[in-house]
Amino acid sequence: MQEYKHSVSLDVKKCRGCTTCLKRCPTEAIRIRDNHAQINSKRCIDCGECIKVCPHKAKKAVHDSLDSLADFQIRVALPAPAFYGQFDNIDNIDVIIEGLYRLGFDYVFEVAGAAEMVSAYTRMYLERKDVKRPVISSACPVITRMINMNFPYLKDHVMPILPPIEVAASVARERMEAEYPDLDPDQIGIFFISPCTAKVSYVKNGFAGKQNNIDRILSMRDVYFKINDIIEKIDEPEHTAASGMIGIGWASTGGESSAIFNDKYLAADGIENCIKVLEQIDNEDFTGLDFIELNACSGGCVGGAMTVANPYIAQARLQILKRYLPVSPNRPADTKIPEKYFVDESVSFDPGHLLSDDRNTALRMMSEIEAITAELPGLDCGSCGAPTCMAFAEDIVKNETSADECTVIMREMFHDYLVNHKETTLSDAYRDFMDRSGKTREKKSE
Amino acid sequence: MAENVVFHFDIDGEDFSSAGGASVTVKKKLRQLGIDSEQIRRVAIAMYEGEINMVIHASGGTADVIVSDHEITIVLADHGPGIPDVSLAMQEGYSTARDHIRSLGFGAGMGLPNMKKYTDSMKIETELGRGTTITMTVNIT
Repeated sequence: MQEYKHSVSLDVKKCRGCTTCLKRCPTEAIRIRDNHAQINSKRCIDCGECIKVCPHKAKKAVHDSLDSLADFQIRVALPAPAFYGQFDNIDNIDVIIEGLYRLGFDYVFEVAGAAEMVSAYTRMYLERKDVKRPVISSACPVITRMINMNFPYLKDHVMPILPPIEVAASVARERMEAEYPDLDPDQIGIFFISPCTAKVSYVKNGFAGKQNNIDRILSMRDVYFKINDIIEKIDEPEHTAASGMIGIGWASTGGESSAIFNDKYLAADGIENCIKVLEQIDNEDFTGLDFIELNACSGGCVGGAMTVANPYIAQARLQILKRYLPVSPNRPADTKIPEKYFVDESVSFDPGHLLSDDRNTALRMMSEIEAITAELPGLDCGSCGAPTCMAFAEDIVKNETSADECTVIMREMFHDYLVNHKETTLSDAYRDFMDRSGKTREKKSE
Repeated sequence: MAENVVFHFDIDGEDFSSAGGASVTVKKKLRQLGIDSEQIRRVAIAMYEGEINMVIHASGGTADVIVSDHEITIVLADHGPGIPDVSLAMQEGYSTARDHIRSLGFGAGMGLPNMKKYTDSMKIETELGRGTTITMTVNIT
């Protein structure tokens, strides 16, 4: 199996080994070792939560730089719908499209347009009687990876249609190659302007093993700061936007669902909420739904780790921007879903949860984990470097850490030692230490 | 022959928001043990239904999951009112849950039938006014 390429990196110098990301990682992929965070790449789903919460800005999204525009003769920008919500005081998307042209792109293909095509294909797909319901959207790569990792039974529910970014990229590439037949195809660069890390990983790894058509992936934040000044100077845009309400609606939660024109849907966001929904669907606890839209980021794609604006403010701006747009100007010509937009199989990979390949060894290890967990304080403080006492017990049994790392137990042991030796108490020891270091505070009353 | 692993849970009554939590934990642990995903799912559903039943009808109880090298045993025990007519309770759609429970989406009368459907064996011991103990097994490969 090819190793999965991730898009979250750590600046070891900036990381102070605090437990903020440790506690927020939805897959318990992070440990603090040697005073800094380490990410277990088998478990990481590239959700970007750790980037969003890091107080020291040590976690970073991996993406290409704007300098990479120079790598190609023909440069095509694919802005994600969430991009339009980043700008303040804009009443027309045309200026944003114009801004991208003036920045140096030769063509702009809106992902929102491709999203409208995917919405149309989704409606066709939902008409089929032979598909497992509820159908789960394939748009958020964090969710599809989560399903592959923890909900194998739900794999067949994921819609086997390429997500909008890939549809946009393949349409863009086809048109460019037709327009420039004499140009070496390698000289056509397709740049996706991404709101999140997960889509970066998606591009690096390919969706379900299919070759993807995206050449470079830019951070929405980088592009925003570059074109914000350009946009302010635009009076009369030469280019116009071509997406409608449905396409732009994909930027926030519920947009994709509302485009299926069917009330039997569920739309959720925030990775923890999504996991809970998946658990309940997996238990067949909630039936009768046709479609499920899950977005790992709060608010939907507008909440991605590479966006600038507050997700809810971005959503409010989008509501205003799409008010006077047509519903869906991008409709597929075909009445059935083109074969090339189907994916045959979803990616399977080893999530690294397995204790041992041998059942008996795994059972023995699990017994040890249960026994150790019962002895641990249960505070889930994270000081040992693991997110929970249970995870710490697992790490001990797997020989990845030592039981001495539990600071709560160490403190108790130290206290017992002092009491048993009757030499001193912990407070005496502390006072001695402060005296010696000349830090004794004056007592208020004697 | 390896030792069995036992997971014990106290199921809190009256708390629908956390009902099903034990089955989620068990699912995670069974994954770590490398149990087949279809078998995990059957255990999780049977256990989830049982948990919900204990919350709706018996103000909670206990759940024990015993994993051996060939089967998973789920023992759900409560001190609730007992089941007056087990064969009636086993019918799909039969429910004694009150309206406010049904309005939450529970009490559809599929609990016990689902538990039977998803497990390889199921035994119900019940005594009116004393409580109910349900023992289910799922064979593992």
